[in-house]
Amino acid sequence: MSMSGPRNLIICEYCDAVYERAPVQRHQRALCTRCGGVLYRHSSLGIQQRLALSVTGAVLLVFANLYPVMTIGMQGLSNSATLWDSVLILSSGSITFIALVMALAIIFAPVLQIALLCWVLSFALAGRRAPGFAMCMRCLEGLRPWSMLEVCLLGALVAVIKLAGLLDVIPGIGLIALAALSVLIIYIAGRDIRDLWEQV
Amino acid sequence: MNTPAQAEDLGLCLCHGCGQACDLSDGSHTCERCGAALHPRKTNAITRGWAFLFAALVFYVPANLLPVMHTEMLGSGSDSTIVGGVIEFWEAGAWDIALIIFIASIGVPAIKFFSLGLLLFTAQSGSSWARRQRSQLYRGVELIGYWSMLDVIVVALVAALVQLRGLGTIEPRPGILFFGMVVVLTMFAAMSFDPRLIWDDPGNDGGGTDGASE
Repeated sequence: MSMSGPRNLIICEYCDAVYERAPVQRHQRALCTRCGGVLYRHSSLGIQQRLALSVTGAVLLVFANLYPVMTIGMQGLSNSATLWDSVLILSSGSITFIALVMALAIIFAPVLQIALLCWVLSFALAGRRAPGFAMCMRCLEGLRPWSMLEVCLLGALVAVIKLAGLLDVIPGIGLIALAALSVLIIYIAGRDIRDLWEQV
Repeated sequence: MNTPAQAEDLGLCLCHGCGQACDLSDGSHTCERCGAALHPRKTNAITRGWAFLFAALVFYVPANLLPVMHTEMLGSGSDSTIVGGVIEFWEAGAWDIALIIFIASIGVPAIKFFSLGLLLFTAQSGSSWARRQRSQLYRGVELIGYWSMLDVIVVALVAALVQLRGLGTIEPRPGILFFGMVVVLTMFAAMSFDPRLIWDDPGNDGGGTDGASE
């Protein structure tokens, strides 16, 4: 058994099989031979690119939250709603708890993800670990399942179709920002940010 | 194809915080890299999994029976449930949207209940049946888990938009709370289950773990 220390080993999270890390090419990923789970993928993003995309994400996040996702109109009356409005409408009455889940899923988790990424990556660019690096990285792991912008995007599209039969629906800037941001977050906040542990 | 070595047999443990292979032989219980607590297996994975799953099943009943939203249009009000929303789209001819909502709000929870129940049951009995497929099933459950939030988001957005005084208003109703709880609880159930239990042999501990991996 030629072991070069645990650092070079990778353990399958689905079945506990142990492998030695082998380099992967672009578009390649390493699969567990036993259970078929993905061990790791090739990460095509460098620190600089990832930081640039995170800053882009921050800008999109501002747009997605400040501008209405859509506006409706009917007989001269009109009303528009932002993401925050849709959280607020749930917080009234006896169902406040779901407003908290919703706020986490579509506002707080993405905001935290982007903020943590910008923080960690801007230090990494200078070749240093950010203060609280370990905690930030663990937060990013923990937040991932609760960040649901892509579900929110589909939800907004369903809402457009649901309402389009009854009233005039005008998609807003918020919806476009949401569409771009949901794709971007999947790309930059995925599992491969773990590579940062080795890079800085 | 020779079977890869098991982390347990090498005295190693995967850190769920950062993916590091940690050495357990020196008696450490935290990852030296990120400081997260190390568990060779998740604590009480099966008991917790069942508990969350049953809680989710209980909430699933009011989620489907209670109205999720109340529509007030030009003086006439009506309540609608989740199934009602699907039927409404279907009858209006928008079968594609009906299908999306049906899959997200009825199909996905049903598949999750069934899959998690199956995974918990087989892991509990230490079954060696279709291990690879069960691993894939777990990954599928992880992947589709949160798409059921779709309904909650649709109701929230629609209710936030349709606030036209005098013409029409839409308000959320408690059904959506229960529906959201089902989603959250099944996500907790999937997270507390440990997929490595699928591969654990109850009686026999590590036969051929001589070779180095790959």
